[in-house]
Amino acid sequence: MTGWRRKAVGYAGATVALLVIWQLGSLAVDSRALPGPVPALAAFAGSFATELWPHLVSSSWRVLAAMTLGTVLAVPLGLLVGRSPRADAVFAPLIFLVYPIPKVVFLPVLLVLLGLGDASKIVLITLIVFFQLLVTARDAARAIPPGSVLSVRSLGAGRADVFRHVVVPAALPDIFTALRIGTGTAVAVLFLSESIGGRLGLGYYIVDAWGRLAYDAMFAGILAMALLGVALYELLELAEGRLCRWTRVGR
Amino acid sequence: MAGLVARDVSVTYAGVGRATEALSGLDLAVADGEPVALIGPSGCGKSTLLLLASGLLAPCAGDIAVGGEPVRGPRLSTALILQDFGLLPWKTVLHNAALGLEVRGVGRVERRERVAASLARVGLAEFADAYPGELSGGMRQRLALARALALDADLLLMDEPLSSLDALTREDLQDLLLELWRQRGHTSVLVTHSIEEAVFLGRRVIVLSPRPGRVTAVVDNPRMGETGYRETAEFYERCAELRRLLAAEGALGPDAGPARPGPAEEGAHPATACAPEASS
Repeated sequence: MTGWRRKAVGYAGATVALLVIWQLGSLAVDSRALPGPVPALAAFAGSFATELWPHLVSSSWRVLAAMTLGTVLAVPLGLLVGRSPRADAVFAPLIFLVYPIPKVVFLPVLLVLLGLGDASKIVLITLIVFFQLLVTARDAARAIPPGSVLSVRSLGAGRADVFRHVVVPAALPDIFTALRIGTGTAVAVLFLSESIGGRLGLGYYIVDAWGRLAYDAMFAGILAMALLGVALYELLELAEGRLCRWTRVGR
Repeated sequence: MAGLVARDVSVTYAGVGRATEALSGLDLAVADGEPVALIGPSGCGKSTLLLLASGLLAPCAGDIAVGGEPVRGPRLSTALILQDFGLLPWKTVLHNAALGLEVRGVGRVERRERVAASLARVGLAEFADAYPGELSGGMRQRLALARALALDADLLLMDEPLSSLDALTREDLQDLLLELWRQRGHTSVLVTHSIEEAVFLGRRVIVLSPRPGRVTAVVDNPRMGETGYRETAEFYERCAELRRLLAAEGALGPDAGPARPGPAEEGAHPATACAPEASS
């Protein structure tokens, strides 16, 4: 069986298992708040093209923009700080102080400062992704075996060459792991920020449906959000397969 | 011309809490095209000497010169081969072998030609697209050699290049090293823990003292390189002579052996106590 087929079969099996558990759970709870998969999927299919679509687009854009922005800002800085004792002396205390602060508590501040639109959500998620990646990239850069750097420098490599040929590729797998973990956090924070402010986005859609006691619609929103998370995860998996081929050989 | 001269060289490492003197007043001269083996107890500063010669480390005192020029940084035709870390796992065999040329700005076409030739020379031509993780230990060491060959290096510095290999692969690669030297006539400095390897690959075998390292004896080995030398009585005599010298250094006692590398021998990026590393 090829890799793709095996993967498709695996996903199909997992989906069926989840649907069965969902159905059983819905039967056991026997509440309107937890509809079974059939009415939820019907609501999802019925509202997808009309009601759901603009919310899904808006949410996807926010989370994609924020994760891209966070990565682009954090990875170079983290690698630099990890490789340079001087930069580390300046930034490490700052990172250690700021990283443990839950950035999500700044949501009200951001909503006041940046309004209820895209900006407040994107900035909040960027902030969270930024710190997760910063810490990972710094640690990854510090963990590079000195011998790898030494051997490349003995070939006449300068600082830029060492970054390009050693530091960046060596840190990539760790960065992808952090990104994949970050996906979960990012979507969760997206939900929270959208449910509190604004009238666009899946978070708003879910909470709004909840308020109207439209539980089938609410579940359609939940499904869309789950789909968004899965899509992001798969996207990263695909990119990692492309960029980190050496980690997959001989397995 | 790629003779190596070290005059009155001292190096002190800044350790945690205390400084370690790795080399103290070391004098050494390797003629152009001469194959030399360095042997000595663990932590005698053998690796430090190679780092100095490759320009990755600057001595605290004394001078190092290659080909008559003082060493002030990595030199274009010096190749350093380390025991484990020379290869980048994220690059294919081809890219690993081409790395030195790429860093030095050699064009893509010429790069491909020279790398293809050097890979073929060490018998890795058909593995060009593999990753180092897919190769055996002996093949990885061949790849490290191919990288040096692609650079057309006239000075080969090798830091225990074969010590992680099994005995058969090891002899196989010793033969390859000898053959390459016979064909190319490069200057070769081999750091090793193995007495037989030193006698097989060093026309002179230089014995270093325990830390801080100094040259304590030089064993001339004029028949090195002759076909079938490994099987001759003279080979065994040389080995026995070397063993006696090392025993006199205390290098063969229960405390000795490659299992206990000193801080300066671990291939770590060293920080000297006296001066910053040579510029990169």
